[in-house]
Amino acid sequence: MNPAKPFEKIGDSCLGFLEQGGRMGIFLFACLLNLVKPPYPLFPVIRQAHFIGVRSLFVIIFTGAFTGMILALQGYYTLTKFGSEGLLGSAVALSLIRELGPVLTALMVVGRAGSAICAEIGIMRNSEQIDALECMAIDPYKYLLAPKYLAGILTLPLLTAIFDVIGILGGYLIGVVLLDVNGGTYFQGMYASVEWQDVKMGLVKSLIFGLLIVWIASAKGYFLHKERSGGFGAEGVSRVTTDAVVLSSVAILVWDYLISAIML
Amino acid sequence: MSKEQPAAAIELVGVEKRFGRQTVLRDVNLSVVSGKTTVIVGASGEGKSVIIKHMLGLVRPERGEVRVFGSNLARARKKELNRIRMEFGVLFQNVALFDSMNVFDNVALPLRERTKLSETVIRAKVREKLDLMDLVDADDKFPAQLSGGMKKRVGLARALMLDPKVVFFDEPTTGLDVSRSNEIYRLFHKTQRRLGYTAVIVSHDVPKIFKLADYVALLAEGRIQGVMSPEAFQLSEQPLIRRYVEETMGPIYSSAKEEAALYEPA
Repeated sequence: MNPAKPFEKIGDSCLGFLEQGGRMGIFLFACLLNLVKPPYPLFPVIRQAHFIGVRSLFVIIFTGAFTGMILALQGYYTLTKFGSEGLLGSAVALSLIRELGPVLTALMVVGRAGSAICAEIGIMRNSEQIDALECMAIDPYKYLLAPKYLAGILTLPLLTAIFDVIGILGGYLIGVVLLDVNGGTYFQGMYASVEWQDVKMGLVKSLIFGLLIVWIASAKGYFLHKERSGGFGAEGVSRVTTDAVVLSSVAILVWDYLISAIML
Repeated sequence: MSKEQPAAAIELVGVEKRFGRQTVLRDVNLSVVSGKTTVIVGASGEGKSVIIKHMLGLVRPERGEVRVFGSNLARARKKELNRIRMEFGVLFQNVALFDSMNVFDNVALPLRERTKLSETVIRAKVREKLDLMDLVDADDKFPAQLSGGMKKRVGLARALMLDPKVVFFDEPTTGLDVSRSNEIYRLFHKTQRRLGYTAVIVSHDVPKIFKLADYVALLAEGRIQGVMSPEAFQLSEQPLIRRYVEETMGPIYSSAKEEAALYEPA
């Protein structure tokens, strides 16, 4: 065996990593540029917002309700140990608004819409539909990608807000209706402890997560043909879709930490 | 043929293209004559589609020039590229219809995105092109509901939508049976006669494609081995062309060669 082989492999992987990073960075820049460049067709954005937002509603409501219910259940048993179950409302609301709302909403959207965006664009790349757009002098960044970016950035904060509200109501159902915490105390604690700063943190997170999800999903699909592991056929599409979901989920958690660390 | 050099719509000069460590095109020189049909033939995997992708500006060469109407696509900026592409129509190998749109929207897309025409005018123009392709009652169907031949016809209708000056056909009859292939050739002939576009065809369908060709070019060993009329191509002495013709069509009988005595001047 050639003794230099392992080093060659390491070098090759590093170059591949840099190449992909650079490509994705330029891709993001081009997408954002096309987002602000006129014209601004409304219909494609509404259609994408419907796909990413409205069609994720059920799963968001469902997970939001159960997250709030679990938080209330766990919180109640922990807080009663210290005789402070009156803080249940604050605990549920702060956990949801600052952390769980944005993160879980984003993870649900990754699973539902992120994977679909990646597969859709990957299949379009595979079947030369993106080449066909370019040959018709239609810019795929403007026509195909910009509406998805705008829809992602707009819908994630809204979905997060719905998740938070449903979660708080779920917490109310368990804490107040089932476990007999005083309803007034539940909401009063929330009014007293939740500040604009907390809401702002949730909002910033959901905006950034919206961008991250669409960016990673669309870039993975768009550059399917440049995948080093060979990105063709149905297997190529399935591989990049899996990659996109894993990478988006990890990126969301990493950025969640970073934003929290910066804003706290 | 007149002594004057015919006007070239597209010229490839010394084009070299590598993918990773593999050199696909070594030194491609090819001139596509305006208003005529140039057919590029060659064995699979030689890079015929790569030549078309260079002409479309979808890939850029490592070396050489791709001149389209005088502009060098190898160095063209996006704006110029898009301006040139407005003159192009493409029928892709697998047609590349937008599978989430119905037939009507597929064909209407270039007009909706690239022109400011009203929806009424667009409807009329799309109807005209679909009728030209003998596509009736297919407007609301999705590509997945169409047969191979119908997909190609929709693809051709879409390619011709902006009345292009040059139309590219990448393996237009692959996967079609003989009668469907003939149908595509008939439509090609009809539309070219009516619209007068320059055609570049990449095909395997030898010898049938020769009937449509004004010029035939063989791509082998990363180079164009000659561009000539179909008759001259079939009788060429160039060893690679001769081998290709014999492989695809069998030995060619040439009375001038086989029965030389009859042709000797008295």
